[in-house]
Amino acid sequence: MAFIDYYGVLGLDKKATEADIKKAYRKYARKYHPDLNPNDKEAERKFKEINEANEVLSNPENRKKYDQYGKDWKHADEMENARQGHQSQRNQYQGSSGDFSGSDYSDFFESLFGGRKSGRGSGNVRFKGQDFNAELHLDLKEVYATHKRTLMINGKNIRLTIPAGVQNGQVIKIKGHGGEGINGGPNGDLQIRFSIENHTKFKRDGDNLFSMADLDLYTALLGGEMTVDTFDGKVRLKIQAETQSGTRVKLKGKGFPVYKKDGVFGDLYITFQVTLPKNLTEKEKALFKELSQLRKS
Amino acid sequence: MKKETLIPLDQLCSNYSVEMSFFSNLNETGLIEIRKIDQMEYIHQESLDHIEKIIRIYHELELNPEGIDVVFNLLQKIEDLQEELRSVKNRLRLYEQ
Repeated sequence: MAFIDYYGVLGLDKKATEADIKKAYRKYARKYHPDLNPNDKEAERKFKEINEANEVLSNPENRKKYDQYGKDWKHADEMENARQGHQSQRNQYQGSSGDFSGSDYSDFFESLFGGRKSGRGSGNVRFKGQDFNAELHLDLKEVYATHKRTLMINGKNIRLTIPAGVQNGQVIKIKGHGGEGINGGPNGDLQIRFSIENHTKFKRDGDNLFSMADLDLYTALLGGEMTVDTFDGKVRLKIQAETQSGTRVKLKGKGFPVYKKDGVFGDLYITFQVTLPKNLTEKEKALFKELSQLRKS
Repeated sequence: MKKETLIPLDQLCSNYSVEMSFFSNLNETGLIEIRKIDQMEYIHQESLDHIEKIIRIYHELELNPEGIDVVFNLLQKIEDLQEELRSVKNRLRLYEQ
């Protein structure tokens, strides 16, 4: 258990007046308030810390105790005696408003002052429970079609429909599956962030897909047909004569499903990469030379 | 027809220990929408989360409704920028793979 410098937390020294403490607390509360820093665990941690510091320093009795015992913190025995001597205070500091649940006070606070402290004047105010955050790793292939999945969150099974086309990094909110509400308030929400890994040869940009296709020299020059892979199968493509390497064609509607738009798909862009024949025979070499001469003449 | 659940404002006032004028002020600032039916004022149940957030900011940060409005606008901007950043990051992956 580490000693917490409550003055340091609020950027103050021991000579701070009540007004200084109030001012510093307000300043940091505005900076780190969880409603102003959604999904920021560090801000939440700091907010708890400054609340704890304020709880101690803004109350003259608590501040006196802290000043008296806090400086001798490293003398564990004395602290233990001090703690036992003040057990009777325990109940005085219980019953947090807990608008951001999980706001237990530090071990240091609890040793010095007993259990959880009084609220911030919220009385019986109903507050929404804590939002839970989870990350779900999926393969790109898995999000090509809408599917259901059962997740175990805090010991509860949650059946979740994952819509096709969900994006990497996208967060979906499931109402009421977070922490329990305070004083009968509504439950928090469950926020799931999708982390989508792509192990396919297709690259994804939003709803569009991109891929490369090898095109043999003769089809590139003379035109013809070739079979290319799409995300869900193969299609036959007509190739224009004299197709250059790097030419990109668009296959409309062959891209990725558009999120929450049934039957609507992005496009697939295929870039041709002309491949040159290898291990030429003597006859082939002679013919290429002849072609070369023809070009030059 | 979708069934609507409305919560009387006076009930909210007693639950959250705030004055009726507080809600009127929020309504004027455009932060909430008050529905009036037979001289009684209500808010929609779906806006309860939003109202609780406003009350927390009001009580704990001592911001007035105008200040809260500014905060919400800035938070919305941050959210939009985060969304844009996510999209750009995904696009960047195209070139990194």
